[in-house]
Amino acid sequence: MSQLSVNHLLGIKYLNEADIQLIFETADHFKEVINRPIKKVPSLRDITIANLFFENSTRTKLSFELAEKRLSADVINFSAAQSSVKKGETLIDTVNNILSMKVDMVVMRHPNPGAGIFLSRHIDASIVNAGDGAHEHPTQALLDTYSIREKLGDVSGKNVVIVGDILHSRVALSNIFALKLQGANVKVCGPMTLIPKYIETLGVEVETDLKKALKWCDVANMLRVQNERMDISYFPSTREYTRQFGVNKKMLDTLDKEIVIMHPGPINRGVEITSDVADSKQAIILNQVENGVAIRMAVIYLLASKIKN
Amino acid sequence: MSQKVLLSSKDIHIILHRLACQLIENHLDFKNTVLIGIQPRGKFLADRLIKILQEEYQVKDIQLGYLDITFYRDDFRRGDKTLEANKTQIDFLVEDKKIVFIDDVLYTGRSIRAALTAIQSFGRPAEIELLTLIDRRFSRHLPIQPDYRGRQVDAINEEKVKVMWKENEGEDVIYLVSN
Repeated sequence: MSQLSVNHLLGIKYLNEADIQLIFETADHFKEVINRPIKKVPSLRDITIANLFFENSTRTKLSFELAEKRLSADVINFSAAQSSVKKGETLIDTVNNILSMKVDMVVMRHPNPGAGIFLSRHIDASIVNAGDGAHEHPTQALLDTYSIREKLGDVSGKNVVIVGDILHSRVALSNIFALKLQGANVKVCGPMTLIPKYIETLGVEVETDLKKALKWCDVANMLRVQNERMDISYFPSTREYTRQFGVNKKMLDTLDKEIVIMHPGPINRGVEITSDVADSKQAIILNQVENGVAIRMAVIYLLASKIKN
Repeated sequence: MSQKVLLSSKDIHIILHRLACQLIENHLDFKNTVLIGIQPRGKFLADRLIKILQEEYQVKDIQLGYLDITFYRDDFRRGDKTLEANKTQIDFLVEDKKIVFIDDVLYTGRSIRAALTAIQSFGRPAEIELLTLIDRRFSRHLPIQPDYRGRQVDAINEEKVKVMWKENEGEDVIYLVSN
């Protein structure tokens, strides 16, 4: 029987192809479980998980919490807004205080890239990175590629374009790693001001013409315009961004094929995609949300199996 | 390592027919009964019994499901390796149904304990029976006994009962393996 090659999920960069396959196969089983009348299994009843969110998040936190509860783990939640972090406590002290309460696993979101990696070197608990700054968001990339596999049968050989704010997006980086690892062809598309320098070194192509990108791709993964991360102006106006990089139904109808539309949420309706696209059959946005719980259950289950009594 | 044949293909053939007949005696047309093979190895026995019931005794429309118990086991994190799940496939309601659990070997009873918990995720059955091909008596950790048994075997803990099926391993035979 196989197991993960890692003790923490810090980023897709640290996984291999077999790890991803194992996570997907385990998620298949959990997807069946969460469609039962009683959606809970007792696997993790002796495990305590701390959700440490040093940065606001609603859907990721809900998804992780649901996954943990459906595995019967004990869950404690911590959010930085009302905590002693504000009083000047260091990350390690905060986490060590929480670990003293006999916590086995930490799910952490942190505004600083590499926070999870730093923590994994200093504490014993198993760590799941739920987003670290603009670095990685591995469970999102896993659920995205799992959703592509579910919709198209395979990720390998598929053409995927990631559209939008590549510069500030941890979803983009993790997705590039996950897609490349599974053999997909990847392009990024967005205003040049939001495309990082040297992105080609990751094995992706840059395309600035959205229409060309849509013609080429099987899947368009639309990213949210992250106004809160933009300290300067990267494009003249939201209206101009939408005209250049927003997807609408008319555009999709001119293509001679049906492409899959994805979005990690929350959607700025009318900015990245119009409502008629978001609600169309081509969009698998709600499947991504459902798959998110199954993927997170799989990741937690597989990591927990490596924690010894 | 030595192994001796506990049951030959012919023995298994006779036992399977006897078990099928016992099921018919208790459940007649199987209108309110469903058969559940416990994954992974109970599946083969369940498939075989269904085949006999349908082809040789003309019992029609028997509902058959497979139940995986991996996430309900009490030895998660005790072994060296991750417990890998199998497919659960139950496409019908078990509410108020009579269920027959089917597994190849009954040993400590822990798998059946897990199955009893797992099946509750699908509803509240009217009653549950247990059918096993091999009953390793004197090895139980829990107060669980079969309602239908193919053969009772006295084996010590170091010995292993290995059930091979024609569909999977090329022949029907049951070995008692000792180190």
